[in-house]
Amino acid sequence: MNQHITASGDTTDPTQARAEASQDVVRLVELKRRFGVTAALDGVSLTVRKGEILGIIGRSGAGKSTLIRCLNGLERPDSGEVFIEGREISRLGERDLQPLRRRIGMIFQHFNLLSAKTVEDNVALPLKIEGRPKAERLKRAAELLDLVGLSEKAKAYPASLSGGQKQRVGIARALAARPALLLSDEATSALDPETTRSILALLEDINRQLGLTILLITHEMEVIRSIADRVAVIDAGRIVEEGPVWSVFADPRSDITKSLLGAIRPQLPAELAARLLPAAGAETILRVDVAGEAASGPLLSDLATAVPGAFRLVHGGIDHIQHQPVGTLFLSVPGSDANHLADIITFLKARQARVEVLGHVAHPV
Amino acid sequence: MSPILFELLLRSIWETVLMTAASGLISLVFGLPLGLALIATERGGIAESLWVNRALGAVINGFRSVPFIILLVALIPVTRLIVGTSIGTWAAIVPLSIAATPYYARIAEVSLREVDRGLIEAARAMGGNRWTIIREVLVPEALPGIVAGFTVTLVTLIGASAMAGAIGAGGLGDLAIRYGYQRFETSVMIAVVIVLIILVCGIQWVGDRLVARLDRRG
Repeated sequence: MNQHITASGDTTDPTQARAEASQDVVRLVELKRRFGVTAALDGVSLTVRKGEILGIIGRSGAGKSTLIRCLNGLERPDSGEVFIEGREISRLGERDLQPLRRRIGMIFQHFNLLSAKTVEDNVALPLKIEGRPKAERLKRAAELLDLVGLSEKAKAYPASLSGGQKQRVGIARALAARPALLLSDEATSALDPETTRSILALLEDINRQLGLTILLITHEMEVIRSIADRVAVIDAGRIVEEGPVWSVFADPRSDITKSLLGAIRPQLPAELAARLLPAAGAETILRVDVAGEAASGPLLSDLATAVPGAFRLVHGGIDHIQHQPVGTLFLSVPGSDANHLADIITFLKARQARVEVLGHVAHPV
Repeated sequence: MSPILFELLLRSIWETVLMTAASGLISLVFGLPLGLALIATERGGIAESLWVNRALGAVINGFRSVPFIILLVALIPVTRLIVGTSIGTWAAIVPLSIAATPYYARIAEVSLREVDRGLIEAARAMGGNRWTIIREVLVPEALPGIVAGFTVTLVTLIGASAMAGAIGAGGLGDLAIRYGYQRFETSVMIAVVIVLIILVCGIQWVGDRLVARLDRRG
């Protein structure tokens, strides 16, 4: 999906080699923040590598918003350290934070455009804050509006724009001061699916063309799936899982990740799930998770050749994440022959698939 | 109406307009910063200081709870200190301004509070300081409300200026009381009422037009 991944051809961890050579843009060490009795952040350590798109996903109230706001000092941690381009910022005063914030662009769920300013003046505002001359501001605004495809709206007011257009203006504004890092706070959550796709494509474009590091928070796995290189899953103020997107998708460890993935991964059809029995029945239902080679080879036809006897594909699919095939298949194996079932499972496991016996159904589907 | 009465009417109109405009302007110049100070110092504001916020609130409430006619008399020493006299149109501008400033501060405060906090956060995220937030976000975004509130304040001032006749300030109210009421000159009363209606409608119309032009919120 991302250019650098195809270019590197590295299938194990596409961002690793590139990141090790360069400095981390963000490094968080044991961040803690409480609001009253609830811990919004309960010891978060995380790094964002130069040039990558890191997605942080969690349910609402998981601490995502607090976390992203610690990165530009809009929120202060009770303890822990925040390094931005190697500099610790969590104890800086408001005045020292201001020049730093100009190095960090931010886009918001509700766009936060100034209604009293034209599109062009909104985009130019970060430069006005920097004290740049007017001619330069307008030139840069024009460039950016061109980049986001809204040149003809320069003199319009935000109220006349659609949600997607507003977010494009938000992105242009966030890029105005040539930041080293872009923070995206649920930037697509207020948009419809089609607009979401176009905004994500724009962000990916910017990441690729400008090499801009992006940290985004979201509650939608689809956002992570489309553009993130790495994902960190946050729950109750802690990072519960972290890694390259395709590997987390292929092998989610925590329950929260599995449940967040549920929305975009194949699930056992509900009417079948309702009929599952723990004891033996007419058919056994297997869940087979595949990734990498297992998902790209002729797995099922090999299985049919190697293990005589019937099985059926009940449900499933293969998705491509960061150019890695990742899939889930639900198989139904008829009969009560335990050896037949064991042969199938052995074969699949030998092909690096993860197999789970979900249960049995009394009579065929 | 006799030519003399007509001339009196014209002079009264001028005095009312002068009192309203001068004290209106003064209440804008002092009331808007006061409104900004109230918003900035409140909990979660851009210059949070609850102590200052409470002190400002108490002073504003103090002035606003005194009926204008009493304020008019109570402020006579202050007026004398500033203008040199406690009688006449210029003298009336002092208590009118002092009454209108906290009134307008509260109206401005309401408009400023309606500015989306997300916009302030966005300006902070861009590296803006407090002054940037006031100049680029709070005032421009609240401007339609600030102007509408100023219109309300001017109309209120026209009413209040009628009472200023009690300290010899002149104006339309004074004319209506002395000639229309005390001398039974019904034509003067009617003329004053018509002029007041025209004045108030005119101010409101200009204010509404201005708000419509300023409001870009769609």
